[in-house]
Amino acid sequence: MDFFPNKPEKDEMYEIIGHEDLFSDVPERYIFNKDIFNPPMTEQETLAHVEGILSKNVEILSFKGGGVYDHYVPAHVQSIAGRNEFYTSYTPYQPEVSQGMLQAIYEYQSLMSRIIDMPVVNSSMYDWSTALGEAALMCKRVNKRNIFLVPDTMSPERFAVLKAYTENIGMDIQKVPHDGPTGQMDIAQLSKMADDTCSGIYVENPSYLGFFEEGIDEISSVANDCGALFVVGVDPLSCGIVKGPGSYGADIVVGEASHLGNSINFGGPLLGLFAIREDKKLLRTMPGRLVGLTSDLDGNPSYVMTLQTREQHIRRDKATSNICTNESLCALSVAVYLSSLGRSGFSKLANALYSNASYAINGIAGIEGYESPAFDSVHFREFTVKHPRDVAQVENVLNSNGISGGITIDDDLSLYCITDKHTKEDIDRLIDVLEGI
Amino acid sequence: MYRQASYISDLRDLGRPGKKGYVPSDGFGSPKKLPSKLARAEGPMLPELSEGDVVRHYVRLSQMNYGIDNGIYPLGSCTMKYNPKICERIAARYSLSPHHPLDPEYSIKGNLEIMGRLSKLLVDISGMDHITLQPAAGAQGEFLGAKIIWKYHSKNGGANRDEMIVPDTAHGTNPASAAMAGFRIVEVPSGDDGQIDLGALEAAVSDRTAGLMLTNPNTLGIFEAQIGTISEMVHDSGGILYYDGANLNALLGRVRPGDMGFDIVHFNLHKTLSTPHGGGGPGAGAIGVKSFLKDYLPTPLVQGDENGFSFSDRVDAPIRKIRAYHGNFAVMLRAYTYLVSLGSDMRLVSELSVLNSNYLMHRLKDEFEIPFLNATKLRKHEFVVSCENIRKETGVTALDIGRRLLDYGVHAPTVYFPLIVKEALMIEPTETEDRADLEAFADALIAIKKECYEDPDKVIDAPYNTSRRKIDVVKAAREPTLSWSMEE
Repeated sequence: MDFFPNKPEKDEMYEIIGHEDLFSDVPERYIFNKDIFNPPMTEQETLAHVEGILSKNVEILSFKGGGVYDHYVPAHVQSIAGRNEFYTSYTPYQPEVSQGMLQAIYEYQSLMSRIIDMPVVNSSMYDWSTALGEAALMCKRVNKRNIFLVPDTMSPERFAVLKAYTENIGMDIQKVPHDGPTGQMDIAQLSKMADDTCSGIYVENPSYLGFFEEGIDEISSVANDCGALFVVGVDPLSCGIVKGPGSYGADIVVGEASHLGNSINFGGPLLGLFAIREDKKLLRTMPGRLVGLTSDLDGNPSYVMTLQTREQHIRRDKATSNICTNESLCALSVAVYLSSLGRSGFSKLANALYSNASYAINGIAGIEGYESPAFDSVHFREFTVKHPRDVAQVENVLNSNGISGGITIDDDLSLYCITDKHTKEDIDRLIDVLEGI
Repeated sequence: MYRQASYISDLRDLGRPGKKGYVPSDGFGSPKKLPSKLARAEGPMLPELSEGDVVRHYVRLSQMNYGIDNGIYPLGSCTMKYNPKICERIAARYSLSPHHPLDPEYSIKGNLEIMGRLSKLLVDISGMDHITLQPAAGAQGEFLGAKIIWKYHSKNGGANRDEMIVPDTAHGTNPASAAMAGFRIVEVPSGDDGQIDLGALEAAVSDRTAGLMLTNPNTLGIFEAQIGTISEMVHDSGGILYYDGANLNALLGRVRPGDMGFDIVHFNLHKTLSTPHGGGGPGAGAIGVKSFLKDYLPTPLVQGDENGFSFSDRVDAPIRKIRAYHGNFAVMLRAYTYLVSLGSDMRLVSELSVLNSNYLMHRLKDEFEIPFLNATKLRKHEFVVSCENIRKETGVTALDIGRRLLDYGVHAPTVYFPLIVKEALMIEPTETEDRADLEAFADALIAIKKECYEDPDKVIDAPYNTSRRKIDVVKAAREPTLSWSMEE
């Protein structure tokens, strides 16, 4: 394909500027002349080539989640995110000509703020895992302490990223054990571990294994008593039926929000949620871009990226984060999606997931030899199942029936997920195959 | 004449209880009642709008936004090139039959092949040996690169190597990423030719040097011609040479970082490989390394050839993950589509982006001060203008001039960067801008310069034709209002 409007006028332009070789400043030995690239393709050839490769994918009924959820994207949400003015714009450094994106991000911040009950939401991080990594770094900036407590039930992906973010600056990540039968965080153990060296206490609610932490108020108190920041990881959709983290004392909230209006796309892009309570010190130390409301010369409401003195392009090595490119367009889609769902639609969706997960939980529990859920707690839309045999064997049978089962947690334990795309028939199909193993 | 639409539209005003924009399906289970201590008394207070309300509101907002599809967007170091629509079509069609990142390999052979083939092309472009596509953005690629440097030294007797060298022309993300990985930053100045001062670099390297992060061409648009010597100095001291790929567009298909001695490279797929910037993201920040660093790449890696690709995982990898799962696949898909459609014509990308940049500089050099032009005649894909004389003589700043440009229907260049140039305008036209658009941009800038002398207040109070007039940024920072709940 040809994206070179000046190719026909090249020679004339060379003549005007008076240079014959635009790469004469590059030492000869670094000029790469090998002919290793394929010839260009026409648009039709390109389409056929790429779709030919993608056609090697096989459709599969997937019950995998783990922080990445395959939800339905309404047509009009995709249509808005496809507006050229939005998706072909850069970071809105010139606010007067970028009000559309700025207002949409402000709306994302506002809508999400109401869902999780936190007044300050940033304009996005890469995903839940990096939002968590940044949250731990922020805890250390705030209280100069080094120990960060996490649930031992947490996502291994997020744990690995958290470790990558914190290990070079001397932070120590310690796992808090859980109660065997319920999976709930062991609050007695937590209380023993929490002291004045503890920088932050992190809890996932719902947990990676899908259940709500019923001792969340006590966990919050433990954090408060030892002077640690209380960091809560959340699927914001759960806040359609349960209290938001702001209502139980979260200092920092992280989570994944891409499934609210974005396609799963094989797990990327995602949309890291990052929020704090209203506090000047926390605000000055938080990572990521923030859009604020102000006015223009005519007094009209206007939006602008603000508190930029925290950011890398101004503070360089003293910045609160290195983040530059984020996930703005995904945040815009979330704003469009949430304003379409509205208050009743949002709660209805959360209730439907809660309801449909219970259908799956009960259905699998009815099969002889299966324990579902494996932990005796209240689950939102994910749940663990204890299988009568090795999960690798179970997954093989499921795969040969066109199903991708739960995420492996242990030898006989895996984590199933229900999204709004799963129909009753889909879940029945899963149950049938499991029953036949 | 350019005039942007202007609306005042607020979701809260459009909402009315009972209106529905999207109705999810009913649940079909019979769940237990939630324990009352968990349950929310009433749903979050989201406004309720019809689908039509929502669409009209956001279409109006889109009309108050300027993208590369509206006109020239010459932000320096941002590579705002045209985003081919075939890439969007393929990505949109793909999004309808997606997969979970942990779905079994037999079901995702197509995805694996896209990732494998893209990795191979990035190897060919960069002259590196191995690629990971995991980082979500350029800055995350830098962070991963800095971590690899840290891990490498700590495993090879260099635990005391805690200094990362960056030139004073470096992008802000370089020192920020290295600091996040635990390094102390040592800044080296540029010389009179706008290139790294070799004497200063000599003085900076030591047995505490972990590495040097370098952009080449640098942010002045100048090729660091002493790269051979720089590479030797860093390697002789035991350091690792890191390539910031933000400016790779200038060299695509012609000069390879790996051949210049770089050990680690990051790519900005959303710059060089034309994937859209999405108003700030998503992007993707793959990195490439020489073979001695392969074991430090996060997992899983894509392996194989056109007969079949697979993931290879390593539980004992020193850096297991830098983000969840495999990276921004939807961005990779667009980048791959762009690259195969270009093929060997990618050499025209570098040539014409450099031609456009030098052409535009040529049109401006008699009217504006171009720092370092006497010592170094050529620029690569971008160049920097200083408005310091204009500021001294008229009081109008580079920021004002940038804002006034908006009235002419062109986006402003990057302002106040690099930091070593006073009142900087950093201009990167890219290869996809037509000569007529370059001329119009130059004419606008020259006309504004005239205005600075004739009617400076007119420039200072600009813009006039955009959806909002000059915006009060001081007020925004002094009394931060960051959500509806902070307004109320």
